[in-house]
Order: sequence, then structure tokens, then C-alpha cells
Amino acid sequence: MTTTVRAPRPDARSTGGARLETRAGAGFGDAVRDEASLRRFLRGLPGVDQVGLERRSATLASRSIKKESKLQALDMAISMIDLTTLEGADTPGKVRSLCAQARRPDPEHPDVPPVAAVCVYPDLAGVAVEALRGSAVAVAAVATAFPSGRSSRAVKLADTAFAVDAGASEIDMVIDRGAFLTGRYGAVFDEIVAVKQACGSGERRAHLKVILETGELAGYDDVRRASWLALLAGADVIKTSTGKISPAATLPVVQVMLQAVRDWHRATGELRGVKAAGGIRTAKDAIRHLVAVNEVAGPAWLTPELFRFGASSLLGDLLRQRRTQLDGHYESTDRIGSA
Amino acid sequence: MDWTYAPAPESASLANLQPSYRPFVDGEFVDGGGQPLKTLNPATEEVLAEVGTASTEDVDRAVAAAHRAFETTWGPMPGAERAKYLFRIARVVAERARELAVLETLDNGKPIRESRDVDVPTASAHLFHHAGWADKLGYAGLGPDPRPLGVVGAVIPWNFPLLMAAWKIAPALACGNTIVLKPAETTPLTALVLAEIAAEAGLPPGVLNVLPGAGDVGAALVGHEGLDKVAFTGSTAVGKEIQRRLAGTGRRLTLELGGKAANIVYDDAPLDQAVDGVVDGIFFNQGHVCCAGSRLLVQESIADEFEALLRARIETLRVGDPLDKNTDVGAINSRAQLDRIVDLAAAGDAEGARRWTSSCPLPERGLFFPPTVFSGVEQTMRVAREEIFGPVLSVLTFRTPDEAVAKANNTPYGLSAGIWTEKGAKALWTAQRVRAGVVWTNTFNRFDPTAPFGGYGESGFGREGGRIGLEAYLDA
Repeated sequence: MTTTVRAPRPDARSTGGARLETRAGAGFGDAVRDEASLRRFLRGLPGVDQVGLERRSATLASRSIKKESKLQALDMAISMIDLTTLEGADTPGKVRSLCAQARRPDPEHPDVPPVAAVCVYPDLAGVAVEALRGSAVAVAAVATAFPSGRSSRAVKLADTAFAVDAGASEIDMVIDRGAFLTGRYGAVFDEIVAVKQACGSGERRAHLKVILETGELAGYDDVRRASWLALLAGADVIKTSTGKISPAATLPVVQVMLQAVRDWHRATGELRGVKAAGGIRTAKDAIRHLVAVNEVAGPAWLTPELFRFGASSLLGDLLRQRRTQLDGHYESTDRIGSA
Repeated sequence: MDWTYAPAPESASLANLQPSYRPFVDGEFVDGGGQPLKTLNPATEEVLAEVGTASTEDVDRAVAAAHRAFETTWGPMPGAERAKYLFRIARVVAERARELAVLETLDNGKPIRESRDVDVPTASAHLFHHAGWADKLGYAGLGPDPRPLGVVGAVIPWNFPLLMAAWKIAPALACGNTIVLKPAETTPLTALVLAEIAAEAGLPPGVLNVLPGAGDVGAALVGHEGLDKVAFTGSTAVGKEIQRRLAGTGRRLTLELGGKAANIVYDDAPLDQAVDGVVDGIFFNQGHVCCAGSRLLVQESIADEFEALLRARIETLRVGDPLDKNTDVGAINSRAQLDRIVDLAAAGDAEGARRWTSSCPLPERGLFFPPTVFSGVEQTMRVAREEIFGPVLSVLTFRTPDEAVAKANNTPYGLSAGIWTEKGAKALWTAQRVRAGVVWTNTFNRFDPTAPFGGYGESGFGREGGRIGLEAYLDA
């Protein structure tokens, strides 16, 4: 299979005081006028109190989800999964096997919904597109020198274009944490804007998920700033982690990000999404996150368009818990097919 | 997508509820001479159990038994030996936590999440903490050889029945005193189970006596000449009466009374956590908390934004069956208290405050009141001055830190206060000026046995918990 690499767009300027590429949501034009304004805006966001945040998370985690509400949650969680394989050893065979499960997660129970997407490296996006043709499952590709993001802008844009050309309808990019941690918010902003342009336009524009890699940021205040930065730059979804760094998705971090999309909606009327990726392996943990989505952002976010789990092993536990709910007893994992 | 949480009720049978309960005097459960009372489940208004109450003679017998135990067993016992009993009681409370939590929720109406995660663990922690002090009293900084006072008479309220019992019993016994405790008329059950636990722990007869009953039993107890100390938690009106009664008797007294706490939210606060803290401050335990943050003082520059966030958050609170593990706000403890809340809320309407009520559905039966917020409240209104003791928040605004402090202090009470700001210096500046016994910064309603608790002004005097809390039970 062949793909063409589109010529990357010229670098957006990101020196201090320079005009930023503006694609910001309604009402925030001032915030993104230049680098200094952006910094002032991000530094002016209300702080996050760690003790209070973690306390609320603990309370949300204590919700008891049983019976039909649990069954509903399990199906909801399955439909929100970006079934992921991101390994150096990935092969077309491995990806095709994953895609088969993505379409029909539990063939013995055809009422189980398909997952939201399959998430792969760009060079395997074409394989996934082929394997998922005709299904409702999307193909997501990580790009921009994932997971570290340490390369030139040109390489990152080429990486993105490569994935889009291969047919990926969702792009999971990483932010430049080095730039973020040195306070060069403008550089991070410009890069997101540029990658978004590389995602194409119109009907065929790929959905952009922006990975903040919260495990590398300096605490919850930084998570809030990075969330807003990504939203201002046009992220369709803000995503916690690459899955390559620990800690990845934690309930308090996801809570801060849910507050960001909730506040964004309040300010602009636009609905943006959140993806919790990495570290969520059990149905119990997934349900805790759904409780947070329901109570922090609101029921409107309980849809695969606005909330996703990035996971590889979570699906297996969800299927097992689902069978337990229906059959009244646990089943061996070997009785359930697994990609 | 609409996602309703299915009911997740804790099993009521865990409470091991008995058809009848009796007073505990001199190491035994006895038939009380008073008129038996029926204790209700406020979530259903059904009778839970019949409870024997004490007569005046029972009070005499209990005080005499406590005196005898003080003279013969408990008073002379070395602290290290007393500690063993307290550690054992603390451990059994922790072991029987589920039973106690369900029983507390049935009798009081508070959500099982709170009785399970706050009341019972904190009661157990209080007993453990004081058990550790029993043999170290000489090192508490109160003098080289502090002596116990003798017999303590304690009267406790219905809002935290087991926890308040532990708050009185633990320091009294650790310091070498004996105690006669009267639980509240509407919530006597967990204190009686605590007495059973103490008896099973082998506590010598007379050291702990529990006398259920109404206000008349409380009056007979606190006025009893055989007492050496009275400890009361409850309303300011009753507290004043007790203080008048004890004036000139030489008996020691500590009072923990009402409150009308201010929760001060500055414009540089961590807003989302401040919202959670304000919600926790007023809706925890249906607002039946003497230190509840019932007055929100929010800086005018963020008032609208903050109120919008607050209302959205309050809308997520789940009001209903207290035994459901997902319930956030349970039942109002009694019909009398519900009437009082309804009356005071009506006064808020009449005085021109704007009432907002959560749209959450309420159960069809039982005693419930929805989370309510009054905006545009002024310092002169009754909803800003009187303790409502229910899920009703009054919102006031301020312009400067000076004004915030002035408004916070413009109350006869002074039990607690909350301060929300990310600036440490501003938090300390405010804390030094707010007249309240307990000041929380960027949190609210946190209780720990090592932190002294108590009030100023009409909120009472004396401290419970911490090193300084021992002073109230020692002749130092």
C-alpha cells in the first residue's frame, strides 16, 4: 500500500510577542492575540487545590453502580474505547486481529456495541482502515513524533499528513512538553494549530486529539493550563497521556480536564471531548471515570463523541464483567476471545 | 446520555436492630423508671425500636454508681491500665463499623456514605487517640501530675450521636473520670450499643452509664449535685440555662453550642474546590452541623460566576434514601426540626432574600428538605443571623478583606469559619481576625482527634480533642 507524504506547512512563528495563529473558539480572541496575552490568560486561570480535588475524586470513586446501571455503564464504556496497540513490534497481523475485536468485541454476545476506534501508529493506519471498512469503528493514529514529540515541526507535520493520507479519521498528537515546561506556550499553541491544519479540512478533516502527557507536567495547575491551551488552539479532544509514562490517566487529572471542557462549553457553547488514556485496566476504574464524566462535566458528555478511553486491556475486563452481570458468575478469561 | 444510578441500598439488617433498648447503669442494662420512648426512622417515620428512659431515681443511681467506680476502680487505676480498656473499645467500634454505621443511619437519617466514612471512623479514631493519652497525662503540658475531676455528666445532641458520645466518653475516661451520658431523645441507639461494647470490653461497672430520655432527664442530670463536671453539646438556649444552673456550684462546665459560620471565598480562590467545600460545608449531614458553613461570603467580583458554579454543583447532589450508598443528602432528623427549617426558610422569603431550590426529586414519604440557597441575603435578615440547622445556605457578598472579616464576625456565634484563597498570607491574615474556634483554609468540615474543636461567644467554651482538650477533664 502506498501513501504520499504531503509537504509540511512552513513553521508558524512562535517567538515572544509574535502573533499567534488564530483559530481560537469564540470569545477568546484576546487570549490568543500574542504570546504575552496567552501567558497572562493561562496564568490567570483559577488555581486547583490538590487536597480538595483529590477528596472530590475519592467521593466520586465511592459511588456504587449496580444492576442495570452497571450494565449500561459497561456498554457505554465499551463504546467509548479507542482500542490501542502502540508497540514497536506491531504488525499488520496484530492490527487486523485488534480490528476484528473492535468490530465485534464479543461475538457470542452480538448485542455488545463496537468500540469507538482502533488506535495505531501511522504506518499501520492503512491496515486498520482496510480491516474496518464498512464498520462504524474509526481509525485513530498517533502522530507528531509520538510519544516524546521531540522532533522538528516539519517531521511532526509530515507524520500527521502521512496518517491522514492513510485514511486515519482521528489524529492523536502530543504537545511539546519541553516548550510547555519552559513557559513557551506560544510554541505549543502554534504547533497544535499547525497540526490541526494538517488534519485536513471540510468533511474529511481528521478529528484532533491533543495529548497533554499530564504525568510530565508540574501538577494540577499545569493540567488546567495545558487543557485550556489545547482548547484555545482548536483541539477537538484533550487527552491525558500517551500511555508510555506513569502516572497516566488518574481520576483527579481527568476531573480537571472535564472541568476545562465544561467551562469551555459554558463560555462558548461548543462541546469538546476528553480522552482518558493509560492506566485504566479494570471495569471498576472505567465506571469511576464515567461517574466523574456524569457529575463533573454532565450527562451530555456520556457519548463516544465526547469521552473516550484509550486502552488495550480494559476491553477484556469490561466484557468479563458484562458476562458476569448477565450470567451471575465469573467466567474464565479464556472463554472470551481476546485480540 | 441519560444514566440513572440504580438503587444501591446497604442492608438494614446489618444494624442488628433490637425491638427494645434499655438504659445502661452500673454495668448492666436495666429497666428505666421513665416513660419509654419510641425512636423513629426519619426516612420513613416508622418506629425503629422502643427505648426505656431514665427517671430521676435512675439518674441518682447512675451518678452514685459512677461515683463509686471513680473511688474504687477507675480513679485509682494506673493510666496504662485504663488505656487497655479504651483501646479495646476503640478496636471493637472499628470492627463493628458497618453495624454501627447502618444503625446510625436508620436512627438519624444521615446518608450511609457519611456514617460509614465519617461518623464511625472518626468516633473510633477519637477513642484510639485518647487511649494513647491515658498514661501520658503528665506530659500533656498541663502540670506534672494532673488529677481527674470525678464524675462527668454529659448531654449530647442528635446530629452525630455516636461521634458525640465518643467525644465525651474518650477524654473523660482517659483522664480517669467516670461518666453518665444522656444521648438525644431522637437518636439513643448507637450510644447504647457503645455501652454494650464497653461492657463486653470488661469496663468496670459504673465507669460508663447511658441514660436515654428527653430534656427532663438531661435537666435532672446536669443539675445533679453528685457531678464534678458537666459537658454539654447542643443549642445555645439550653447551654445558657445550664450555665445559669451551675453558676456558683463550683462544678466545671464546657459548652459546645450553635453556630452560623462564614465561609469566605476570595476572588483568588481555587474556585472548583471552593464550590465543593461550600457544598460540603452546608449540605454535609443535611446541614445538621453546629459548625456548618451556613453563610457564604463571596467576593462581589466573582459572585455571579461562583453562584452559577455552585448551583450546577448542588444540582448533582442526590437526595433520598439514607441507606442508599449513592445518597448525598439524607433525611431531616425529626418533624420538629423540619418545621423549624421550613419556618426559617419562609422568613427568608418574607425578608426579601431570593430562594433557589435544587430540582432534585424528593422521596414521597419521610422527612426531607431539598438543598436550598438564598441569594441577596443581608446581615440583618434572620437567615443570616439564626442557626437554621438544615440544608439552607445564605449567600452574602463582600468587597474587601476587611469587610469580609467584619461580616464574618458580625454574629453572636463563633464556632467555625472557612477561608478560600490561594494566597497563604491572605489566608493567615484572615484567620487571625476571624473570631471562631475552628478556622479551615481551603477545606471545610474536617475533623481529627488531634485538632481541638470548640467555640467563642454564644458558640460556647472549652475545647474537645487535641492536647488542650484534655484540660476540660483534668484538675491541672
